[in-house]
Amino acid sequence: MTHPAEQAYRAHYGRLLALLAAEYRSLDTAEDALADAYAKAVAGWRDRGVPANPAAWLLTVARNAATDRLRRDATARRKLPLLVTGDQDAPFTDTGPIPDERLRLVFTCCHPALAPAARVALTLRYVTGLRTREIARMFLVGEATMAARLTRAKKKIAAAGVPYRVPAAADLPARLDTVLHVVYLVFTEGYRATEGTALTRDELSHEAVRLAAVVAELMPAERDVSALRALMLLQHARRDARVDDTGGLVRLSDQDRTAWHRDEIAHGLELLAHALRGTGESRYLLEAQIAAAHATAGKAEDTDWAHIAALYARLERRTGSPVVRLNRAVAVAEADGPAAGLALLTGLDEALAGHHLLPAARAELHARLGETDDARTAFTAAIALAGTDTERRWLTARRELLG
Amino acid sequence: MKYALLIYGNEKNWAEADDAARTQAYAEHGRFGALLAERGAMRGGEELAATDSATTVRAAGDGFVLTDGPYAETSEQLGGFYLVEAADLDEAIEYAKALPGDLVEVRPVVEYTEQ
Repeated sequence: MTHPAEQAYRAHYGRLLALLAAEYRSLDTAEDALADAYAKAVAGWRDRGVPANPAAWLLTVARNAATDRLRRDATARRKLPLLVTGDQDAPFTDTGPIPDERLRLVFTCCHPALAPAARVALTLRYVTGLRTREIARMFLVGEATMAARLTRAKKKIAAAGVPYRVPAAADLPARLDTVLHVVYLVFTEGYRATEGTALTRDELSHEAVRLAAVVAELMPAERDVSALRALMLLQHARRDARVDDTGGLVRLSDQDRTAWHRDEIAHGLELLAHALRGTGESRYLLEAQIAAAHATAGKAEDTDWAHIAALYARLERRTGSPVVRLNRAVAVAEADGPAAGLALLTGLDEALAGHHLLPAARAELHARLGETDDARTAFTAAIALAGTDTERRWLTARRELLG
Repeated sequence: MKYALLIYGNEKNWAEADDAARTQAYAEHGRFGALLAERGAMRGGEELAATDSATTVRAAGDGFVLTDGPYAETSEQLGGFYLVEAADLDEAIEYAKALPGDLVEVRPVVEYTEQ
């Protein structure tokens, strides 16, 4: 069974860290103090029992730890720049509920002045409370590398004056985009791992879903947040059907749809319906609608490919992305035949150079047209570019099927 | 906090600019300076002469080596800077966006506090 201190740590980490960072105007001080409090809880709660309000207990002990540390390291700390919070330190009283400061923590961790990889690491470390070694394992880097990345990012936040606050209303839409982008980066890295031996890393996708729930709790009125949550839930619900017993990739059309998580699909559709109530479209809204079209097809043959192709066309107009064009071509091939799909793939070679999905799609369409030689050449090109063993195995098997 | 806004650009464009373009660029800097003054944010700034007038001085052993030209030969060169006072990086970035010029590097200035 999980130690109650570990449970409390997981449940309250982000809120407590955000609050302490505001009070002491330092992510380092907040992090160290919370680590001290957690260590005391591990030792103390087993003997003396779990306190009535674990969060308040952790906060009080963390504050005492912070005061001790600041006294002890007075000279060292004085030289460190403080977070720019923009508010007077309003002392928090222990009698009321603990205020939720996570929103500004989210915006600070996802600030566009930080490198995208650093935003992802900071958000997972501080908002969801994952430990450095856990994040390092998820991204397949050493713990020391991940620790260095976090330290460098924290230094920049303090030294460059990255503000520790929620952006002004005028900047909010653009800044929310960077937050959602971080969440989606975490998700896609888990959904289609770009490196390593496994095709998916479910724990990353799971963290992204959890993180999106936090963002939704903090910004319930933002429809793009609902749309992104819907998109992730609808895709994540397919995880058990996407990989077979040997770790091989299972195409959407071949997946056992009874293995999809129906409750998650229902939740995703509900969130999508909520998001669709507003006006206008967005990237996440369109992608969620595409995911929903797949999730609601009882059998692969029932898939409404014309509808999906139309959604991709709107998405392509919106993003101008060559990857979207590729996906649109695949949908068009299903709706109007492989020749129509192939036609849409022309002109993508430069934009998608090094991307195995382009030759892979081309190979499938040539194969369907009975153009075996072209298909074989394209499969060989795709195999050379594929990044994971699973995908290489899949493509090799497809090539062999050509005879 | 104090920030330096370092303005980089292609010197060739400036060298080849006609009078009308130069007048317009100086007017834009005038407006930017007025914006800073209005917000009480102006802490200084200068336009730098082109890098063909630069001399690089490098310590070498117990002496120095002088080179004609800038430290790094790149197409984009430092052409001038402003020093601004801003509450945080977001405000400094807002000033950088308001600056005429295509490429601005925002660097915090290290401030020494009496302890």
